[in-house]
Amino acid sequence: MSLFSSKDLKLLTNPLNVDNPITVQVLGICSALAVTVKVEPAVVMSLSVLAVLAFANVIISLLRNTIPNRIRIIVQLVVIASLVILVDQVLKAFLYDVSKQLSVFVGLIITNCIIMGRLEAFALGNKPWPSFLDGVGNAAGYGVILILVAFLRELLGSGTVWEYPVFEKLGIYSIGYENNGLMILPPMALIVVGIIIWVQRSRTRELIED
Amino acid sequence: MEELLNIFVKSIFIDNMIFAYFLGMCSYLAVSKTVETSTGLGIAVIFVLGITIPVNYMLENYILKKGALDWLLGDAAANIDLGFLSFIMFIAVIASMVQLVEMIVEKVSPSLYSALGIFLPLIAVNCAILGGALFMQEREYSSIAEASVFGLGSGVGWFLAVVGIAAIREKISYSNVPAPLRGLGITFIATGLMGIAFMSFMGIKL
Amino acid sequence: MNTQGNLYTFMYASIMVIVVAAILSFTAINLQPLQEKNVRIEKIQSILASVGIESTVENAEGLYDKYIVEDKVLNAEGEKIEGKGFDVKLKPQVDKMFEIKALRSLIAKVSGADKKEAEDKLAEVTNERQLPIFKCKKDDGEYVIIPVRGKGLWGPIWGYVSLESDFNTIYGAIFDHKGETPGLGADINASWFEEPFKGKKLFGTNGSFEGIKVYKGGKGSAANAGDLVHGVDAISGGTITSMGLYDMLQDCLSAYEPFLKAQKESEVELEIKTN
Repeated sequence: MSLFSSKDLKLLTNPLNVDNPITVQVLGICSALAVTVKVEPAVVMSLSVLAVLAFANVIISLLRNTIPNRIRIIVQLVVIASLVILVDQVLKAFLYDVSKQLSVFVGLIITNCIIMGRLEAFALGNKPWPSFLDGVGNAAGYGVILILVAFLRELLGSGTVWEYPVFEKLGIYSIGYENNGLMILPPMALIVVGIIIWVQRSRTRELIED
Repeated sequence: MEELLNIFVKSIFIDNMIFAYFLGMCSYLAVSKTVETSTGLGIAVIFVLGITIPVNYMLENYILKKGALDWLLGDAAANIDLGFLSFIMFIAVIASMVQLVEMIVEKVSPSLYSALGIFLPLIAVNCAILGGALFMQEREYSSIAEASVFGLGSGVGWFLAVVGIAAIREKISYSNVPAPLRGLGITFIATGLMGIAFMSFMGIKL
Repeated sequence: MNTQGNLYTFMYASIMVIVVAAILSFTAINLQPLQEKNVRIEKIQSILASVGIESTVENAEGLYDKYIVEDKVLNAEGEKIEGKGFDVKLKPQVDKMFEIKALRSLIAKVSGADKKEAEDKLAEVTNERQLPIFKCKKDDGEYVIIPVRGKGLWGPIWGYVSLESDFNTIYGAIFDHKGETPGLGADINASWFEEPFKGKKLFGTNGSFEGIKVYKGGKGSAANAGDLVHGVDAISGGTITSMGLYDMLQDCLSAYEPFLKAQKESEVELEIKTN
């Protein structure tokens, strides 16, 4: 038996498009708005979510038959929060510079409803390996949208990509172009996501709501 | 008294959870299809914020803060700092309150439960609730009354926002929106525009 | 086994709490010395950076011993008191500052016995204030370094401001934050934001304390407002953080006003006055 059955592969690829956590499942919007002003924090956030989601999914999946239904929300949140705090504490002691970059995101990761949503919807009813793949796939789908939004906002709002002054090098300012300050403000993240949904649904017709 | 009123008005309009801080977006976008359901969720959020903020306030000031255990252990506690536990404590309080509220409502008023029931678990992951707790910690309100009023005000602000967008969505369903934009897409854009409108409240000092 | 019963649920919750608490406390306690060392090194590095000295984790302490020649605590009148500036915790001091502000506005409102009480309290709190200050001696001159701390949007913000030996011109400034919005408020620790502080003056031409003003960018920028002596531009989109930074600078630096004025007027050598 191969490592990835076709069903497993779907767990990885579906969240990238037809089952995208942000544009279809509507999960993790708050953090998507907070970290998409620049590309760099968006990438850091995506990687952190990838790590936390994959591991939280595996842990909950291992515990799934023992968790009492009545306190399952608390159990899930405690697992997520301890995982995140643990990582934060270890980084603070050994990799202080990385931890300074990441500590900003700690609160955002704990409240990220993608993690809670996937635990509830998938890990509670599936074996560890599919849960792991589901975690990786969803985090990747989340990351793709995050980085796309961040790219557009940084390029149009600040004229840079990963702090590299693209527009300045191209000489676009000299012909009268000015950065669009509105792109930096949080409401524009919503509008950019709205436009991404528009593009995605025009391409994938079955997602259209009536 | 004046201070309490200020905090209340400020947390509804100027520091609106949705439009100023963009917290609690997921459930806001997911349930705002009709005014009826969003009213239910809005009330639940007011309720949970109104309970968890004062509880977390007490936790913060009598257990977690550096030297907060004075009342129990005397001067020996001056150096005990349990701050690293604040995230997990807050989230545990929120999750248990949500489940407690769910159980109580189920026992006391089955009709209210059937109206609210399915929304209650959703609230545990609503970032507006944890965000509220963290804001409370950060702003260091001087009394539990101020913290409670802040909690209630934030809840009311969230309620207003979700009912507002639900009303817009009900109207929009009669409009000729481009097919791929229908539903979620246009809701994102409408929320963005509402957010820009609410920015005009920013910087008002009460 | 029945996983829905009360007893099971209760046991499960208890065991979970104990396990999680044990793991977290164990890591927190064991890693604390390492973490505190990191925090200490970072503080040293920021102090050095505010006078333009680059340092690495390894050589920071050596450089600190070499360049930072004095490490004092001042009281509200600007006189030296007991203690080491490095060990003063800034947070309680900032809380005292807010208390002083609140008491001052209270005194303006009330009268009679209430006023007396508030004034006594004000005198008491003012008396308790500890203002840390550092003196740095480099090849090109001597500088004083003042730590500042305030509130951003999501958490505390802090920094170090160094002044030239005229006790007026800013030589360098370094800011940092706990968790401001990435890409917006978080940029207060970026060099493009810190750079313009250099050369700004704290006192007006008539000798009054002006502090540093933060202007909204674009049309309302410092250059357009004609205030290049005291003004810098805010981070667009990071308004609340920028305003918090403005309050922080105003509140913290003004506390040093008596000391700075005395030093400025006496024009004597850079010696922290002992009383």
